[in-house]
Amino acid sequence: MDDALIEKLGILADAAKYDASCASSGAKPRRGGKEGLGSTTGSGICHAYTPDGRCVSLLKILLTNHCLFDCVYCINRRSSNVRRARFTVEEVVRLTLGFYKRNCIEGLFLSSGIIRSPDHTMEQMMLVARTLRRDHGFAGYIHLKTIPEASPWLIEQAGLWADRLSINLELPSDHSLKAFAPEKNGGTIKAAMGQVNERILEAREERRRFSPAGQSTQLIVGADDATDRSVLETSGTLYQRYGLRRVYYSAFSPIPEASSVLPVKPPPLQRENRLYQADWLLRYYGFTVEEIASGGENGMLDLGIDPKLAWALKNRERFPVDVNRADREMLLRVPGLGARAVDKILSARRHARLRMEDLARLSSGLRRSRPFLIAADYHPTGGLTDRLDLRRRLVTPSSQLSLF
Amino acid sequence: MHPIALQEGADLDGFRRAVRRLAAARAAPDEVLWSAGAPSLFGAAAGASPADGAPVRLPQAVGRLIETVVCHSDPERYALLYRLVWRVLNGERALLDRHADPLVHRLERLDKAVRRDIHKMHAFLRFHTVPDPDGGERYAAWFEPDHHIVEAVAPFFVERFESMVWTILTPKGSLHWDRQRLMSGPPAERPDSPADDRFAEGWQRYYESTFNPARVNPAAMRAEMPRKYWANMPETAAIPALIRSAPARVQAMLEAEAAIPRRRTPEKAVAAMARQAPANLEELNSLIRRSEPLVPGATQAVTGEGPEGAAIAFVGEQPGDREDREGRPFVGPAGQLLTAALAEAGIDRNGVYLTNAVKHFKFVQRGKRRIHQSPTAGEIKHYRWWLLTELGFVRPRLVVALGATAALALTGRAVPVLRERGPMAFDGWDGFVTVHPSHLLRLPEEAERRKAQADFVADLRRAAALARGRR
Repeated sequence: MDDALIEKLGILADAAKYDASCASSGAKPRRGGKEGLGSTTGSGICHAYTPDGRCVSLLKILLTNHCLFDCVYCINRRSSNVRRARFTVEEVVRLTLGFYKRNCIEGLFLSSGIIRSPDHTMEQMMLVARTLRRDHGFAGYIHLKTIPEASPWLIEQAGLWADRLSINLELPSDHSLKAFAPEKNGGTIKAAMGQVNERILEAREERRRFSPAGQSTQLIVGADDATDRSVLETSGTLYQRYGLRRVYYSAFSPIPEASSVLPVKPPPLQRENRLYQADWLLRYYGFTVEEIASGGENGMLDLGIDPKLAWALKNRERFPVDVNRADREMLLRVPGLGARAVDKILSARRHARLRMEDLARLSSGLRRSRPFLIAADYHPTGGLTDRLDLRRRLVTPSSQLSLF
Repeated sequence: MHPIALQEGADLDGFRRAVRRLAAARAAPDEVLWSAGAPSLFGAAAGASPADGAPVRLPQAVGRLIETVVCHSDPERYALLYRLVWRVLNGERALLDRHADPLVHRLERLDKAVRRDIHKMHAFLRFHTVPDPDGGERYAAWFEPDHHIVEAVAPFFVERFESMVWTILTPKGSLHWDRQRLMSGPPAERPDSPADDRFAEGWQRYYESTFNPARVNPAAMRAEMPRKYWANMPETAAIPALIRSAPARVQAMLEAEAAIPRRRTPEKAVAAMARQAPANLEELNSLIRRSEPLVPGATQAVTGEGPEGAAIAFVGEQPGDREDREGRPFVGPAGQLLTAALAEAGIDRNGVYLTNAVKHFKFVQRGKRRIHQSPTAGEIKHYRWWLLTELGFVRPRLVVALGATAALALTGRAVPVLRERGPMAFDGWDGFVTVHPSHLLRLPEEAERRKAQADFVADLRRAAALARGRR
């Protein structure tokens, strides 16, 4: 590894870091054995954390940050004055293997700017994955950022080698896409997602390996005027219609070489956090977009409290809930109770009536749950759930670092 | 009183023997005095002795919990575990479901701490290269776990780095893997800082570059990667400077005015992007040849053959054994039959276009023979884009589907070929469906085969007439 390669690595990692996705989970178990290298275990590992609190699991780089597209939110758009660099296929392979052998990473996350044509770019990315798998027996995780404008045959070739394919929708509505990413087309992106989803389902049915960890996408939040409700509606559609595993939300982050079209001030990071919580409610807690949105105002989530608590405060007539009687669906709606705590409650209450001290051992969020539940030795007195100052009593002042 | 002395570290075997003996003696937990820290018996076989009791039957979940908790460094671990075993054996089989029970709660916390320690060792251990006398690659690592987990992490590292030679040193024991065998060793001292190659430097650059200063949140980082791990992770040296400089970097970004692009818009290149589709049959075929088969095994892709602009295009199923070796369509036994039938119907093989719905041979190996396997619906669909693009370049007047696979590829639905043979509209093409020539090879009766052969030739004549009729 010489100076020039280290320099390129710096540029092309910097250019890739705005992609929030980093998961290395969901892959089928695989091992490289004596001749190859590596393994995937199904659950990913975070090998380090950077001071932004994000996990480093995959070597997340671009093949090149030269790009013919001109998406205003992107640091690598063709009109940006950012420094440019380009890896060869061989260099990416060498870096991936070198870092993997030192146990720094779970695998590779490869994306790229568009050079020459979407097909040419996609083929180079596919070649990286193919070389790793076929020539080096690499059994680690490979995530390829798919270029929706590439030909179907190339996307399908990529799926043969990758654990996960992802196509970034970036903006939740077609009109924002048109305004901010002139070379992109919402229809093309969704058609590609549909194609990938279809291939994944077929392969699963026919027991072939095709992007076994599914597909994911990313939505940028705060660059356009989309409300949280419309962002969540988009996610809901993506989960249902295209079978996506994950939708990542990335609060639009100030970038060097920013375009004048963009808002100067980034959205609060808390907005991204609330969207992730809402997404979780959507997928695992049986909430609908409508219910989640009703907890906030004007289609925006409440930044001060989590969306489950926001919903509960507006639906107080459904509480308190008796932890010794209520069904799973209702327990999941109690603020402060996570899915794991709910399952523990369900199994523990078969043996004994649960008291508050028992609950304290089962859940770590009991402080927030108190006003909303009934236990064998506890009933929220004085109509606690009706008190107007309940919200204030439950919210601790935010300790989030503010830089502005 | 029953005094039990177990070895240093995670003495699972010792604990198991003790439990058998204590259970046989019906010793209550309060009557047992546990001590750990007897000198480790490296190499000494500590097998079962006649004084041990019979194996104790415990629910699986209890067994799993014991395996983890014995790794904990808490000196009370064995006493707590025996208390659990005692209660499970004395009427509380489902004790572990009672997550709110104080003993269960405490053991669950120990269990969680050990699991976390194992996970963090998988994650934060870093290998570096060390000189190898034999000139190969060798790797070494130093790590300081909180608990006795060295043996517990071994399977992960063996599985992941089976092809490498490596050593892991810790104050609680060591591991060495030589690509064949795993050897455990005694606790080690922290080695001198290694002189590593430039990958460590490259990794630090990566770590610095992937950090986003606009999102600085050191508390979240420390929650997942506590400071105690930093000493053995070279990249963490960059952390103080990254945090210190973040506010100024963000301020600079916010204050910077949007700059005018230094380079002019590459209009020609942007326009050229749209023209990426293969421009002719040769370009398409070169794509197909560069591509990997969907199901591994085939020697090469077999592309179509015949003149562009041919009046009829015949679409078969997929290349067979001969086709796969020679790289040409319809040269095996079924192909020879087709050639003969075409001649009988008065059609010149060299004047028509021949191709397959699927471009790669799929088979299972039986001894020396490669037995043909039919493509699945998903595989057929995967190749469909190529087939339709190919026909777009050839532009035949009539497309003949030979057999069910071709018919599925061209119509998108399952066609019962024997019942629906004859003219049929394909997606964008005038079409005709008949049997695949291999169908004739599979018929056992001579009379039946002759009849099928005559029907096939009649179909070919009809197709030729249709193609002529549209001239």
